[in-house]
Amino acid sequence: MEAVIETFFNLEILRAAWPVLLHGLGMTLLLSAMTIPLGVGAGLAIALLSTIRHRWVRWPLIAYVDFFRAFPPLVLLIFLYAGLPFAGIEMGGFGCVAVGFFLNTGAYYGEVLRAGIESVPAGQIEAARCTGLSRMQALTWVVLPQAIRNVLPDLLSNTLEVVKLTSLASIVAIPELLFQSRQAQSLTYNPTPIVAASVIYFVVLWPFVRLLSRLEHRAIAGRR
Amino acid sequence: MSFRDTFLNGAVMARYAPDILHGLLVTIGLAALVVVTGLAAGLGLALIRSLGIRPVNWLIIFVVDVFRALPPLVIIILIYFGLPSAGWVPSPFVSTWASLALVLMAFAEEIFWAGLTAIPAGQWEAARSTGLGFGQTLAHVVMPQALRLTIPPLTNRTIAITKGTALGSVVALSDILGAASSAMSNSFNPSPLTLGAAAYLVLFLPVVAFGRWVETRFAWKR
Repeated sequence: MEAVIETFFNLEILRAAWPVLLHGLGMTLLLSAMTIPLGVGAGLAIALLSTIRHRWVRWPLIAYVDFFRAFPPLVLLIFLYAGLPFAGIEMGGFGCVAVGFFLNTGAYYGEVLRAGIESVPAGQIEAARCTGLSRMQALTWVVLPQAIRNVLPDLLSNTLEVVKLTSLASIVAIPELLFQSRQAQSLTYNPTPIVAASVIYFVVLWPFVRLLSRLEHRAIAGRR
Repeated sequence: MSFRDTFLNGAVMARYAPDILHGLLVTIGLAALVVVTGLAAGLGLALIRSLGIRPVNWLIIFVVDVFRALPPLVIIILIYFGLPSAGWVPSPFVSTWASLALVLMAFAEEIFWAGLTAIPAGQWEAARSTGLGFGQTLAHVVMPQALRLTIPPLTNRTIAITKGTALGSVVALSDILGAASSAMSNSFNPSPLTLGAAAYLVLFLPVVAFGRWVETRFAWKR
């Protein structure tokens, strides 16, 4: 037992690695704060564009969304980071993460928001137009608020996945939480920093998981 | 060098195609194993939870929360780089499989459990009063209705987690991405990565299309 604690929960190593891990957590939060608005923005654009019932708008959007739902984000990231430099395009780790996560999470947010908009009955938009609102005003002030409420659990769950996704940035050497813990682990030959990083992820994300679990439970129960 | 020679170099692709094909088989095998074990474990946990033993349920909820909160890559690295310190050295395949299966188990348990509790108590009572036992009621009355509710969210979640097999390349698994990455660094040409990307699309586009079909097929009745 003592050996286990010495190996996985070594306080001395934890104390030494703590500042580095905290710095990593800061970077993880920064990446999330950058990726979430980008993804929501792209998703909103996709969802609003898919309300245009024209096949030259609709099919490219479906193709885009399905492409990125089928494409593992890590493959995308490696392609941007290691593949594109062969064509003379070098964006650096941060640029690759921004572009890659933007493309990937945009598709997911787009799909969620589209489902939300479709869940609002057509009568709503017709009524709004009758009162003199333009199409854009009707979408913004009447449809979207209801759409977002209808898919709130999915939106939150997607956002949680985005925060977890930022751990992939460690692959392109961005000093976020996972990267820092791996560095500390290889310097100390001890897995304590990785265990600590896992605990940090858990403590930070647990409240969201609890909240989501409740919302999702209600959503599935409501489907009957 | 032109774009074609760089990203679609036929000679390089032909040379590394067998490696990537092998990687494709690894990815398919791993994905299938993750789906089967993850869903089975998730269903098992949901059924145990339905027995209503308090301390056991708290434990299940905690385990599920842990694997929903941790990024899959963190779990893979924890298993692959952490466990050797405890004297057990898991292979890249086992590390990736165990991590993704645990994550899928957690998500599946939540969804199955929500499905089970969505069935009104009256169904249980009616079935029990016809003389069916607890297990029989669960198997023949509750589960068929619950599973139907859970299929769309479960399908989407399963697809998302299965795509995570690419994370195995981080711990030196020779899956599609692993094979493509090493071929790229050996040949100083990104064409193998293009081939690998195509392999992922061939593998997952039909699955995503299937997911879309499932969603409309089991659409919410409003």
